[in-house]
Amino acid sequence: MQLNVNGRTLEAEATGLATLVDVLRYELDLTGTKEACGVGVCGACTVLLDGRMVASCITLAAQAQGAQIQTIEGLGDRELLDPLQESFITDGGFQCGICTPGQLMAAKALLEHNPQPTEDEIKHWMMGNLCRCTGYYQIIESVANAANAARGDR
Amino acid sequence: MSPETTVTFHTPSTLDEAFALLKEHGDDARVIAGGTALVVMMKQSLVVVDHLVSLASIPGLVGIDVREGAVHIGALTRHRDVETSPIVREHLPFLSDVYGRVATVRIRNSATVGGGLAHADPSQDPPAALMVLDARVRLVSPRGEREVAVAEMFRDYYETVLRSDELIAEVIVPIPSATARTAYLKFLPRNEDDYATVAVAALAEVANGTVQKLRVTLIAAGPTPVRAEAVEAALEGQSPTAEAIRAAADLVADAVDPMDDFRGAPDYKRDMAVVFTRRALERVLLAQG
Repeated sequence: MQLNVNGRTLEAEATGLATLVDVLRYELDLTGTKEACGVGVCGACTVLLDGRMVASCITLAAQAQGAQIQTIEGLGDRELLDPLQESFITDGGFQCGICTPGQLMAAKALLEHNPQPTEDEIKHWMMGNLCRCTGYYQIIESVANAANAARGDR
Repeated sequence: MSPETTVTFHTPSTLDEAFALLKEHGDDARVIAGGTALVVMMKQSLVVVDHLVSLASIPGLVGIDVREGAVHIGALTRHRDVETSPIVREHLPFLSDVYGRVATVRIRNSATVGGGLAHADPSQDPPAALMVLDARVRLVSPRGEREVAVAEMFRDYYETVLRSDELIAEVIVPIPSATARTAYLKFLPRNEDDYATVAVAALAEVANGTVQKLRVTLIAAGPTPVRAEAVEAALEGQSPTAEAIRAAADLVADAVDPMDDFRGAPDYKRDMAVVFTRRALERVLLAQG
């Protein structure tokens, strides 16, 4: 099957029941996306399909054919980080880091759809992204500051 | 997922092709829409089939429009699109709110309206709203089509009246009278994106101090969504006093049949069903006037 990931068309030998996260990680070597709960509850595996965030652990790779898939690898690179990545670093938006790719992709989807979210809107949008280190305040702050940075407030 | 699993993922581009695949593979095939429920069940081996028939490539199953006093929602329309649809927000703001209460944005971006109804999980929010709105589903099969009230489509735990060759094509939701009041109370003692411990939807029309029409539906309160007809009958034609509401809400205890799980014991959920029914009734009946 062919998948369009981060603007590139990639070939995968996935069977009908292979989940998107498994194909990304084990066939395409895009290991930035993590699987944690495996049942669509924790948000660690968040990727964007045509700009909409989905849980890649309960999305079959076959269902993602034809969509533009965006993963954490497509968010920024070492030379030019995404403003969200910058603010997660600056504001301590992560501790152990396992949930971070999912947090960043969820936040990316939020800011694409609502560039200036209120704190309540951030909390509501991000509520399905669990952080077992419980660094929620810094995550919310990081998202808010990235939004402000995009507006030129910092 | 075990690497030896070889499931064939079919992407028919017409309903007839989908019907043919379902007929050919029988019990060895399942229809897949958004997949948020089915993929989890397959990962847990609760569903084991060799063929998945995706409806995603069939034109005409996605979209929302208004015809003849009703909002028509294509079966493959995603929860998030019902929640954010300007048409639904204008004509059925209550339905938009209830679809917005399902899980998280991430799940609502994948889960479809028809898929959720066919899945028939008795803890899902939308059937509660659809039932008080007197919504119906249009079912299609090689034999033709028929309509079934959402209130009559659930037969048992994860079971519907759909026949093996039938698919949900759309959900038809009549636009209620402008004076109708609605409420959806979802008891969530754990976290906001959880399934309800119990939840109640209510719709009421009151005129001249009398309840003209009342609909009360509970989810997470039995093996199927529950329409509390005894509660409705106790108040229809009556004056909605606080006392009458309290007495009517008590009747819900006999209408529900909650399951024992980590959200609570059946007796506790039955008590909460009464409490939340009373609050929902107060919201739709006492707030007017």
